[in-house]
Amino acid sequence: MAKHIVATVDEIPQGERKIVEIGGRSIGVFNIKGQFYALRNICPHQGGPLCEGRLTGFVMADKPGGEYRYERRGEIIRCPWHGWEYDVTTGQSWVDPTSVRTRSYEVEVATADALPSSYQPGPYTAETFEVSVDQEYVVVELPG
Amino acid sequence: MSEHTRIDCDIHNEVPDLEALYPYLPDHWLAYCRESAFNGPDAADYPESVPTTARDGSSPKPDLAEVQARVLDDVEIGILNCAYRVQSVRNEDLAASLATAVNQWQVEHWLEKETRLRASIVVPSHSPPLAAREIDRWGDHPGFVQVILPVRAEAPYGNRRYDPIYEAAIRHDLALGINYGGAPGHPPTPTGWPSYFIEDYAGMAQIFQSQVISLVCEGAFERFPSLRVALIEGGFTWLPSLMWRIDKEWKGLRHNTPYVRRRPSEYMRTHLRFTIQPLDAPPNPLHLAQILEQCGAEDLLLYASDYPHSHDSQDFLLDLLTADQREKIDSANARTFYRL
Amino acid sequence: MTAQFDSTAIAERGAVTKDRTNGHDAADPDASVQQGARYRAPLDTAIIDTDIHIYFPTQDVLRSYLEPHWQEYHQTFGQRGYDGSHFPRAMPNAARHDAWPDDGTPPGSNLPLLQKQLLDEWNIEIGVLNPLVGAGEQRNLAFGAAFARATNEWQLAEWLEPDPRLRASIIVPWEDGELSAAEIDRWGSHPGFVHALLIARTKEPLGRRKYWPMYEAACRHDVPIAIHFGGAGGAPITGSGFPNHYIEDHGGMPQTFQAQVISLIFEGVFHQFPTLKFVLIEGGFAWIPPMLWRMDSAWRKLGSEVPHVTEPPSELFRRHFWVSTQPMEEPFQPEQFRQLLGHLDLDDNLLFATDYPHWDFDSPDRAFPIPLDKERRRKFMAENARALYNL
Repeated sequence: MAKHIVATVDEIPQGERKIVEIGGRSIGVFNIKGQFYALRNICPHQGGPLCEGRLTGFVMADKPGGEYRYERRGEIIRCPWHGWEYDVTTGQSWVDPTSVRTRSYEVEVATADALPSSYQPGPYTAETFEVSVDQEYVVVELPG
Repeated sequence: MSEHTRIDCDIHNEVPDLEALYPYLPDHWLAYCRESAFNGPDAADYPESVPTTARDGSSPKPDLAEVQARVLDDVEIGILNCAYRVQSVRNEDLAASLATAVNQWQVEHWLEKETRLRASIVVPSHSPPLAAREIDRWGDHPGFVQVILPVRAEAPYGNRRYDPIYEAAIRHDLALGINYGGAPGHPPTPTGWPSYFIEDYAGMAQIFQSQVISLVCEGAFERFPSLRVALIEGGFTWLPSLMWRIDKEWKGLRHNTPYVRRRPSEYMRTHLRFTIQPLDAPPNPLHLAQILEQCGAEDLLLYASDYPHSHDSQDFLLDLLTADQREKIDSANARTFYRL
Repeated sequence: MTAQFDSTAIAERGAVTKDRTNGHDAADPDASVQQGARYRAPLDTAIIDTDIHIYFPTQDVLRSYLEPHWQEYHQTFGQRGYDGSHFPRAMPNAARHDAWPDDGTPPGSNLPLLQKQLLDEWNIEIGVLNPLVGAGEQRNLAFGAAFARATNEWQLAEWLEPDPRLRASIIVPWEDGELSAAEIDRWGSHPGFVHALLIARTKEPLGRRKYWPMYEAACRHDVPIAIHFGGAGGAPITGSGFPNHYIEDHGGMPQTFQAQVISLIFEGVFHQFPTLKFVLIEGGFAWIPPMLWRMDSAWRKLGSEVPHVTEPPSELFRRHFWVSTQPMEEPFQPEQFRQLLGHLDLDDNLLFATDYPHWDFDSPDRAFPIPLDKERRRKFMAENARALYNL
């Protein structure tokens, strides 16, 4: 496991995302209701840039002609190419939960003080380290 | 009786002419029919002399004796599909009375005279409330197992305007049979009217495909989970391609019809059955075997002679089947589907 | 890290755990296919994209190519087509969400973005432009003709001349055979224009004789006629009335293509025009084999009605039709895709297409669900199109 600093907490407000390049991989880091999630920026279907898609909710209906319900607002990402829906919090696709998931990564928020020297700075290195010590960093953990 | 006892899911019993219905029409419509130039429905889906309408030696409108002699020999049960297109009659009240007359005629001339036969209720489906009334009229008669709808209609059958028909069919535990043809006034293609009969005939398969898309995507099977639909005389070799396409569409457009909660192909497999004539088979039997495998056809197909219509021999298909598959397609699938 | 999906992983809020791959990165393509993930092909040495869409960035740009009196007409009356057939699309402009230029102009209207996202990204050797601007759907046929001509001049000036990788379509007012023939005559010998473009939902089936002057002109210049997904011709979009949903409109396009093929073959177009070629674009192709089986069977029984059809429809189809691959068929099992290619028997006539910038875009490396043998792949990705269009 290798930890990468990818952003400051301030940099990704609620409902926003940042797409970063770590170890040759494009990864989207999302702030959803104060929690951070990271997804590989590739749709398993045809390779579209999943994390550039629209953040939306999940539409449900029990039957035709009945009520539509709009739930999980802002927690579902729709692939910008073919519109497949994924749950950002789990990487789970809705259409075919048994066979399609995108890769998600552990994200944690570390205070600057607590950053151990083993963390590998991500592409954001220079700027991040210039932030004051009481600032919080977003760290993505990548499988080695 | 031959070795295989079959259930034949498509035998045509056509009304010979309007006068055959006179005994069953109410007085005012009888007078109207006699006094006007009205001569029955305006549908050209089965021109009597074209080679697909009747096979050699058969009549395009066979009577009971002909059906008994030429079809029922190795048949345990035969299902009649009358293609009298009352839907082409714009006057809905007249259409409804014609439908009642046709159904009464079916009872007296077919069901009461031959116990091996079952029939399909003809309904004015362009007026769903009147159609539902007609279904209620006959729904408890043990001879009727199905409501028949022409594949060409004013609106695709997933549309909610048809719900009264489906409610009535379910009330009486009847299947729906969507059948080749119809005359709703719309062109039979999405691009207007073709010139030739052969275009209508070859193009009819694409209308069946549109009906399947509609039933699934408009959620008919979510509204009516016990609805069962036979697609009669529309072919089936197109089914894998349609399943793949609509499943793919749904993955990206699920939120457009959120009540469609399962893969479209699952609804197709669960709710639809297909008669085997016409086969519309590939020339290579291996390719036909692959098509059967791709859509799980052994559970979906219903044996049918489509008498008196004329198509390529169904033996090309039947010869590919194992004994178990043959038994399913010959009778077991129909027995379950039609509750026989 | 192995590419294993860990089904036991449970997400905890704030700390999503575990790897969620599905075999996407598997080194062996066949292994990844078996795990249900998408096969990814090695980069092709040559790609010809036969379906790219461009749009006018603004209506002012369109007007700048029209004659003054048509500018005024367009300003006053706008575009008048066959209305009442609107299926609100799930995606604005039916486009990829990532294909919108920063300046807010429509996807497909910005050459540098198209170059970056498509031509450079995938190293596309040649791309065929199919502008779906609505010229052929104008009820005012004279305006449609002016609109078509303006579109063709715009393609030449703003797309073909700046980027030598691009080829254009001859836009025609297809509901008028004579006006369409005139437009084909105008551009037919220009090497930058590779086919005349129609849409699938015409007012009448395309085999009808009113369209024949257009075909005669196409033969004169040896220019194929392309029929592209979409359109509105006034008839309900199924043979059984109007459906309700976009998924039925979009998913129902193969039925329209079937109607057109049935018409073109049985109305005798190829008897009249033995050298005429059609390209079916954005209809997919799995519907073709069962349609041909049915047509052959119908012809054996009913051929006497159409004595001008003197050979089996399937043979006419394989000689006169080319088909773009997008939206690529996605069978349940990869092996079924191989079976489909066998049923299709159209190895020399399949043409790869991306459909950029539309949402059902096919990506060159991941569109085919199975590895193809080298020769087939070369043909589909580039060589069939090169041969058809003399590129």
